[in-house]
Amino acid sequence: MGLMIAVVNVSIIDIVYRSQKPCLSWLLGWLSMSQIHTIGIVPLSLSPHLSPSLSLSALGLCGCRSLSSLAELPEMHQMMRQTSRDYADRELAPIAGKLDKEHLFPARQVRELGAMGVMAVEVPEALGGAGMDYLAYSLAVEEISRGCGSTGCVVSVNNSLYIGPILKFGTPEQKDQWITPFTNGEKVGCFALSEPDNGSDAGAASTLARQEGEEWVLNGTKAWISNCWDASATVVFATTDKSLKHKGISAFLVPMPHPGLSLGKKEDKLGIRATSTANLILEDCRIPLGNMLGPRGSGFKIAMQTLDGGRIGIASQALGIAQAALDCAVDYAHKRTAFGAPIGKLQAVQFKLADMAVAVESARLLTWKAAMLKDAKKTFTKEAAMAKLSASEAATFCGHQSIQVLGGMGYVTDMPAERHYRDARITEIYEGTSEIQRLVIAGQLLKEYVP
Amino acid sequence: MSRVLVGVKRVIDYAVKIRVKPDQSGVVTDGVKHSMNPFCEIAVEEAVKLKEKKFIKEVVAVSCGPSQVTETIRTALAMGCDRGIHVEVSGKDYEAMGPLQISKIFAALAKKEEASLVILGKQAIDDDCNQTGQMTAALLDWPQGTFASEVTIDGETVKVVREIDGGLETIKISMPAVLTADLRLNTPRYATLPNIMKAKKKKIANMKPADLGVDMVSRVEVLRVDEPPTRLAGVKVETVDDLVAKLKANGTI
Repeated sequence: MGLMIAVVNVSIIDIVYRSQKPCLSWLLGWLSMSQIHTIGIVPLSLSPHLSPSLSLSALGLCGCRSLSSLAELPEMHQMMRQTSRDYADRELAPIAGKLDKEHLFPARQVRELGAMGVMAVEVPEALGGAGMDYLAYSLAVEEISRGCGSTGCVVSVNNSLYIGPILKFGTPEQKDQWITPFTNGEKVGCFALSEPDNGSDAGAASTLARQEGEEWVLNGTKAWISNCWDASATVVFATTDKSLKHKGISAFLVPMPHPGLSLGKKEDKLGIRATSTANLILEDCRIPLGNMLGPRGSGFKIAMQTLDGGRIGIASQALGIAQAALDCAVDYAHKRTAFGAPIGKLQAVQFKLADMAVAVESARLLTWKAAMLKDAKKTFTKEAAMAKLSASEAATFCGHQSIQVLGGMGYVTDMPAERHYRDARITEIYEGTSEIQRLVIAGQLLKEYVP
Repeated sequence: MSRVLVGVKRVIDYAVKIRVKPDQSGVVTDGVKHSMNPFCEIAVEEAVKLKEKKFIKEVVAVSCGPSQVTETIRTALAMGCDRGIHVEVSGKDYEAMGPLQISKIFAALAKKEEASLVILGKQAIDDDCNQTGQMTAALLDWPQGTFASEVTIDGETVKVVREIDGGLETIKISMPAVLTADLRLNTPRYATLPNIMKAKKKKIANMKPADLGVDMVSRVEVLRVDEPPTRLAGVKVETVDDLVAKLKANGTI
């Protein structure tokens, strides 16, 4: 019976075994003495038997990411992170307050981000994108969101929710027509799944699509559509066969503006105010047959898979907001004096900062792991849900505690803490509420542990 | 076949709070964030711009130091340079390295690579020497356009607008020449993601100063490094007469 061993870097040892317990303690002793460096392990879906099994191919030999990458990112990713951070620090952070106050869409910044490749990170270069992986995308969204949460939302929606499904399910012609013009920041897209009567209950889509000759005719209303007032196209989900319930939903590509498609009033939101959110109203909206995305009836599957990836994007956005809130609090703790010393010396404040930092860092590692699994083409549903859940809760926690550390200053618009608090709140709601994430995680766990 | 050498220096990031080492031999560099010298970024941007305008064919980014400087060279590659040269200097040699040694290296490289232009930042933000460009030009016996705020190539000559104390001075120099970039020369671009990907494939050649026939012996020895004196509180006065009286009292006038 073979023994599968993976040793990660210095003195961190992870051992998985397929056979019954070998002499583990002897093995541990030998391994730690020889300090074998290397490759790491990529966790696979757990086998239902005795213990997790690991195949040799996953031991980093096929180029899968390893745990050691979680400790230090590869050089290219570091560079990518740095350039996004530089941009966010210099171009977004100074105007974020104004964008929020005046509900302004950052059109120029989106174009500049497009020129940098940030609006289409995963899209292959042949189609006009940056040709990088999901980990790089996650890093970019986090850094951008750290500068401005709203801009992070625009980047995330365009990359994950609009381009994502077309990249995965589109025909080559659809990719040319609907992806390439949306890679350089000149145009952004949006994603229309939720309806006034069903958000979490996505399977109950009441928007209908009927075929009339060479056209699809769409009727219905979509709600809470991010980016819609600034978008030039949308992926819409509509029921083509009501009798098939959620297997009767299909996905469609609709340009904007378009006859039969109108937008409701811009919602007046608590946070991410530089993005537009509104209803999308379809009244006999006619589109060519070629505008269906993926096979008929696969709409629900497309939506769920898209949201899986979108979760990593939103987790990254939440991380950026959380980090910004933490940075604000730590900076203030250095500068504000009370009781004769900077408040950073007080344990009460220190404990808050520590809790915030742990929340952010653990959510970050979960997010990176989910991104790495996706890049390695492993299943990542559970990890993405865990990432989104922990990151969004970290964001609201950090936003809350950051205001607390700043005291009165945290409550006024002179400091960004109140904006982070408001921006963070939505991350627990959109692209799958925290409650839905818990259901997803539990569902995956229960599947793994078949008695 | 026009080739430009651009010097990039890895320095402590401008936003970092500098701390002096307890033994006063220098500043703390371990674990401290480093990045490309801001004036070097401007130099790289100018070189890449000249290449985009088709005045030059190739931009070579050069840096001297230990293995970490390759990060800085990669950033230059991601901004659009074609290839890099890493001149390996480490340990005591690196600590003692100064403008004289660097300019000798650059002079040797400029000849070896048959460069038509050497573009450097006007100074580094760690030592503020403002000497390397000038020394390099002297060693090569090339004309120099320092503190450049505008560079225009016209055939075999370069028109340089220089920022000087009195205002702006415009000079015309022949190539090959050495230029040093001042703050207002341009706004450096952000490295785009596709360029970061491309930078991975670009070559960075490795060599030692000895390969170029340069000796790294320094004629300068750092005796001690001190923090600047802590700023004392000021005193407010109500009238000009009070001010004059106070200045007389403490011996300033």
